[in-house]
Amino acid sequence: MAALSSLFQAVAGPFIEFNFMRRALLGCLLLSVSAAPVGVFLMLRRMSLTGDAMAHAILPGAAIGYLAAGLSLTAMTIGGVIAGLGVAMGSGLVARHTVLREDTSLAAFYLLSLALGVLIVSVRGNSVDLLHVLFGTVLALDDAALSLLGGIAVTTLVAGALLFRPLVLECLDPGFLRRVSALSPLAHYGFLGLLVINLVAGFHALGTLMAVGLMVLPAATARFWLRSLLPLILLASALALLASASGLLISYHADWPTSPTIVLCLGVAYLVSMLLAPFGLRAQQRSSSHLQA
Amino acid sequence: MSESLASTSSSTPPASGGIALHSVTVTYQRHPALHHLSGRFEPGSMTAVVGPNGAGKTTLLRALAGDLLLQSGHVDGLAAQRMAWLPQHSEIDRGFPISVREMVMHGLWHQLGAWGWRRASHRAACDQALAAVGMTGMEQRPIDTLSGGQMQRALFARLILEDASVILLDEPFAAVDEPTSADLLRLIAQWQREGKTVITVLHDLRLVRLHFPQTLLLARQAVAWGPTDRVLTEANWLRAQHMREPFDEHAPLCVHTEPSACTASPPASAQPVKEALAWPR
Repeated sequence: MAALSSLFQAVAGPFIEFNFMRRALLGCLLLSVSAAPVGVFLMLRRMSLTGDAMAHAILPGAAIGYLAAGLSLTAMTIGGVIAGLGVAMGSGLVARHTVLREDTSLAAFYLLSLALGVLIVSVRGNSVDLLHVLFGTVLALDDAALSLLGGIAVTTLVAGALLFRPLVLECLDPGFLRRVSALSPLAHYGFLGLLVINLVAGFHALGTLMAVGLMVLPAATARFWLRSLLPLILLASALALLASASGLLISYHADWPTSPTIVLCLGVAYLVSMLLAPFGLRAQQRSSSHLQA
Repeated sequence: MSESLASTSSSTPPASGGIALHSVTVTYQRHPALHHLSGRFEPGSMTAVVGPNGAGKTTLLRALAGDLLLQSGHVDGLAAQRMAWLPQHSEIDRGFPISVREMVMHGLWHQLGAWGWRRASHRAACDQALAAVGMTGMEQRPIDTLSGGQMQRALFARLILEDASVILLDEPFAAVDEPTSADLLRLIAQWQREGKTVITVLHDLRLVRLHFPQTLLLARQAVAWGPTDRVLTEANWLRAQHMREPFDEHAPLCVHTEPSACTASPPASAQPVKEALAWPR
C-alpha cells in the first residue's frame, strides 16, 4: 500500500504540485495529437529524413525573428514558418527544373539554412538563447506558447481530416490521384505546410534538434505493431503522449534535460517494439509451426 | 464472373461519337514516338494495340489519357467521356497499410470525391466488384499480402467501380497466369457488351486473335488498323518490324503537314532489322 502510494506520489505528484509541469504535460498532449499523425504520413511517404532536414531548416527563420524582436514567440514562429516553407518550395523547384533530385536539393537548402541560423544565433545571441533554440523550453511554456500549440493542433487535425483521402492516395498511388483529381498538388504542399507548422510547434517545446523526434519515432514504433492506417495514427499519438509524460517525469526526478529525455523515452519504445512486435525483428524469424493452407 | 456485374455498371451512357485521332504526333526530344497517326476507335469497340517495342503503344495510351502533350494533331470525342487508365507499371506502394477493400473503394472517386461520405451502398458496390474479379473473402486483406495476379484482379475491381466509358489498359496480362488473364478477359468482353470503348496494349498475339475484334498494328505510325484477322498478317507484321527501334539521330525534319502524306510504309531512312522477330503463328 505504501509502495503504491509512493508510486502515485512519484507519478502524479509533480503534476499536482507544480504548474509548470502541468503546462508541460498539456503542451506534450497538444504536440502528440498533432505531430504524431503528421509523422505517420511522413513515414508512409518515405519522408522521415525530409522531416529531419526541415526541422533544421526552420532555424534561421527563428533566429532572424529573434534578432528582430528578441525572444518573442510570434516573431520566432513567423520566421520559422517562412524559412521552412521557403526551403520546401525552393528544393521542390530545383528538383523539378534541374538535374538534381529532391533529396540532394533539399540537403543543399537545409544545410545553407542551418549554417545561416547557427551563424546568426552565435554572433548575435548568447549561449542561453542558443540552448533555448536547440533544445526548446518545454518546462517554460507560457499561455501564449500553449495557445500557439493548441492552434497548430486544431489546424493540423482539421486540415488533416479534409486532406485525408487525397493524402492517402498521394502515398498509395500518386498516378491514380493525378488521373482522377486535381487535388494532388494541394495534398503535397498542404502536407508540407502541416509538416512545417508542426515542426515550429515542436521547436518551441523540444527545440529544433528534437522536434522531429515526436513525429518520426512514434510512427515508426506503431508501424511495428499495426498494418492499417487509422489504428496506426491513434497508436502513434498515444505512444507520443505516453513517452513524453514519462520523459517529463524522469527528467523531473533525475534532474535531466527534458527534451533529450523525452526523445530517449520514445527511442526505448521503438527499440522494445522492434524486438517484440509482430512486424519487427520477430517477423524475420523462422516460426516453429505453419498452417496447412 | 458474376451476372450482377451489369447492374454495377449500368449507369454508363453509351459512348456516342467514338474517339477520332487526327494526325496525332507525339515527340520525345523532337523525335516522333507517334507519327501522324490518324484513325478512329468506334464507340463500344474493343481494340488491341500491338507492335514491336518502341512502336509508341504506351505513348498512344498516354496521349489519349491527356498525360502527354501532342506535338501536333488533335483527338476528338474524349471531352465528354470519363476515362479509366491502368498503366503497365502502376506506381502503387505495395507496402502501404491499407486493406484491399479500402484501396478498391478509391475507384468510386467520381462519386465520392475527396470528402463524400461512404455509404453502405458504396461498400456493397465495392464488394460486388471484388466478387466479379473472384476476390470474395479477401476484402480485409492488407495489400502487401497480395500476389501479383491478385493485385491485378484488385486493380480491375477498381476499374469496375470507376465505371468509365473509355478504358485504357497497358499490358494488363504481362505478369498474370492463364486463369487470371482468362477471368480478366471475360470482364473486358463484358465491358464491351455494356457499350464501353476498350483499348488494350498487348504483346500476346494469340490472345489478340482470340478475344479482340479490332486491332491497331502500330510502328510509330499505323501499319494497319481494322478487323483483327485482316490486320494481323505476316506481311503487315514484317512491315512493322522494319521500323528501326532507336531514333535516327540525323533524321531530317518532317515536312509533311497533310495527314495523308504520311503513308503506312516505313520511312525511307529505315533499315530492315537484321533479327526481325519471327512471325508468331
